[in-house]
Amino acid sequence: MTAEFGLAALWFAAALALLQLVAGALALNPRGASLAAVVRPAAIVQGALALIAFGALISVFAATDLSVRLVAANSHSAKPLLYKIAGAWGNHEGSMLLWVTVMGLAGAFVAMVERRLPERTMLATLAGQAFVSLGFYAFLLFASNPFERLSPVPPEGQGLNPLLQDPGLAFHPPTLYLGYVGLSIAFSFAIGALVTREVGPAFARAMRPWVLGAWIFLTLGITAGSYWAYYELGWGGWWFWDPVENASLMPWLAATALLHSAGVLAARNALRAWTVMLGVVAFSMSMVGTFLVRSGILTSVHAFAVDPRRGTFILALLAIYIGGALTLFAIRAATVTEGERFAVTSREGALVFNNVMLTGALGIVLMGTLYPLVTEAFDEKVSVGPPYFNPMTAFFVLPMLVVLAVGPLLRWRRDNLARVRGMLLVPGLLALAGLGAAAVLVPGKVLPMIGLALAPALAVASLLPLRGRRLRQVKLPLWGMVVAHFGIAVALFGMASDSAFTTERLVAVRVGETTPVGPWQIRLAAIEPVAGPNWTALEATLQASYNGAAPALMHPQAREFWAPPQNTAESALHTRWNGQLYTVLGEQAEDGRWQLRLWWKPFVPLIWLGGMLIALGGLLALTGRVASDVRRLVARDKIAYRREKQGR
Amino acid sequence: MSAVKAKHQRLVLVLIALAALIAAGLLAAWALRNQASYFYLPADIAAKPPETGRAIRLGGMVQNGSIKTAPDGVTIHFIVGDGTNRVPVTFKGIVPDLFKEGSGVVAEGRMEAGGTFVADNLLAKHDEKYVPREMKDMTVAQARETVKETR
Repeated sequence: MTAEFGLAALWFAAALALLQLVAGALALNPRGASLAAVVRPAAIVQGALALIAFGALISVFAATDLSVRLVAANSHSAKPLLYKIAGAWGNHEGSMLLWVTVMGLAGAFVAMVERRLPERTMLATLAGQAFVSLGFYAFLLFASNPFERLSPVPPEGQGLNPLLQDPGLAFHPPTLYLGYVGLSIAFSFAIGALVTREVGPAFARAMRPWVLGAWIFLTLGITAGSYWAYYELGWGGWWFWDPVENASLMPWLAATALLHSAGVLAARNALRAWTVMLGVVAFSMSMVGTFLVRSGILTSVHAFAVDPRRGTFILALLAIYIGGALTLFAIRAATVTEGERFAVTSREGALVFNNVMLTGALGIVLMGTLYPLVTEAFDEKVSVGPPYFNPMTAFFVLPMLVVLAVGPLLRWRRDNLARVRGMLLVPGLLALAGLGAAAVLVPGKVLPMIGLALAPALAVASLLPLRGRRLRQVKLPLWGMVVAHFGIAVALFGMASDSAFTTERLVAVRVGETTPVGPWQIRLAAIEPVAGPNWTALEATLQASYNGAAPALMHPQAREFWAPPQNTAESALHTRWNGQLYTVLGEQAEDGRWQLRLWWKPFVPLIWLGGMLIALGGLLALTGRVASDVRRLVARDKIAYRREKQGR
Repeated sequence: MSAVKAKHQRLVLVLIALAALIAAGLLAAWALRNQASYFYLPADIAAKPPETGRAIRLGGMVQNGSIKTAPDGVTIHFIVGDGTNRVPVTFKGIVPDLFKEGSGVVAEGRMEAGGTFVADNLLAKHDEKYVPREMKDMTVAQARETVKETR
């Protein structure tokens, strides 16, 4: 019953999206102006209905209703409740339902609170949002119905991929989707502004909080996903340039560029057409990512659908939305008048450099991700990995980071490098000293060397915009920028340190033997069987001693799940302030020795700490902007109220 | 410079962005040709041996009775075949759970001078839903012969 209820809610939501689109489009015409009143309520109810459908799916998963095909294929009665619920989005249909739910909620949220956009642009934006939603509703209802019944009802479900049964991963997809799909708002804003030709500072200020919100979730989602891959896959790496990772990185790069260009548009009324285009590109990258991941043309843990019809469907949606938006852009871009001018050496100039470099990095990642598909068409199978991605992205990102140190110190419009030279003396010297030290410590490793030299300099430079200010009076958005830029320096140091200083050891030892890795001595104390709710495991007890200190106990496991039958290696981590010890238990050799894989990774947690700081920076900026918006609205209402009273 | 730019700033910006994009595209195309790792079957290696040291992926069936563990307990040697040709492989590390004799594997690594493939990473079939892309076709094309041969 719940399943039918959810399906009905989904159909009604789709119908309301259609209403929202038609009413919004007609209301743009003076003769249809009376329809304008329908658009906002339609958006709000549509969002609520999508949420109800999603709630229904969660409830059938929580109850393990095996008469629903999706539940039977992806769940199991013996699974812990958290993973039953997470199973609702751990599959193709459920994740697409999550997609339209986030789109619907984002539209509803905009309809409820956005008051700064001109009314006509608002109508066009909501119509655009409904137009995009409709395609995905159609995809769900006609090609990926999550509520389909199964007959006869199987006695037991097939279970969820054990790799996905992890608390971190339960929340990773919703977080990522809030970011990924939240960017649809930027897309719809761009469409709305193109339709009504109202591109200007007001548009940028209205769009910025929405982009920021999506970007914060995207940043958190990528950071959490990277940490998950790091500890769950047991390979000791934190980024694999897997197509799925790239699919989340590409929208992030575009959204980061968009945030910065929207800043220029809001403050200086420049980069007008460019900002609109980035709004289109950011969400287009989300859709391209979905196509790559969900169409089944790439295989990975994330590729659920192997039905070619679905791939074709998503490809058609892509062609319609991205093609349509770019066509609209091509027609209207020429009518977007040129913005204010600026000198090369200026805040705008630095931000343009940031945008070009981010776009370049985006292009590199996109090409590397699509290349295997292109060659496959010519019957040549290739894979593209770190040897391509690492140097190529660094080529764009490292120069950008150098400019990042300088840009925030420059004035808008026109500035002189001589003015800021004095301030940059300390970070400059720090970078040189760092380069010297890195050349001695890690000779020959070019990228880690540059990263290690650049990170401390960047950390200092990122704080410089605070110089000479009273810290209490510094506004939140400025704090946000400083924290986010500082976070980049922190993450960069972690990445460089991981590549430069990691020591790895692979050994076979008997119980009772001790083996060294880096400054650690690790003793295999015992191997014992343990059992969990839906798995059994062999668990090692390791006594890890740092430079002779009292040993810490660690328990890596080799787990065996029985539904579905699959083995996973559960790594065990021990974190110190200066790094992380990473241990994996392997197989038992014929002579009774156990394989252990050990890594000592100095400062590696800084990667994720940096990611969280970047997100925190976004949050501070968002809080500051929203607070000042609210203050302005309250003040406006007060004035209006007073006028009304006086008039009476 | 600023006088020229002030007049045509938008044009200049567009041109710079275009130039950067084209440069990025060319650079990426060049790097992709050099850095992409190609997929080989043992027969491909026999027919057209790749440069030694170049990163490639080797796919095939792990031959029955071929897995040998070295005295250090962590290095293994095995033979990957496709029904017609065979390539000896060396791998140091923890093997994936479904890596076993008579089943498919994709090894990432490089050919060494002696004709041995040194693998950095092994990709075996993970579960029903996750099969390395190259292996899907391979099992169709080669499985029958392999089964015949290994029986």
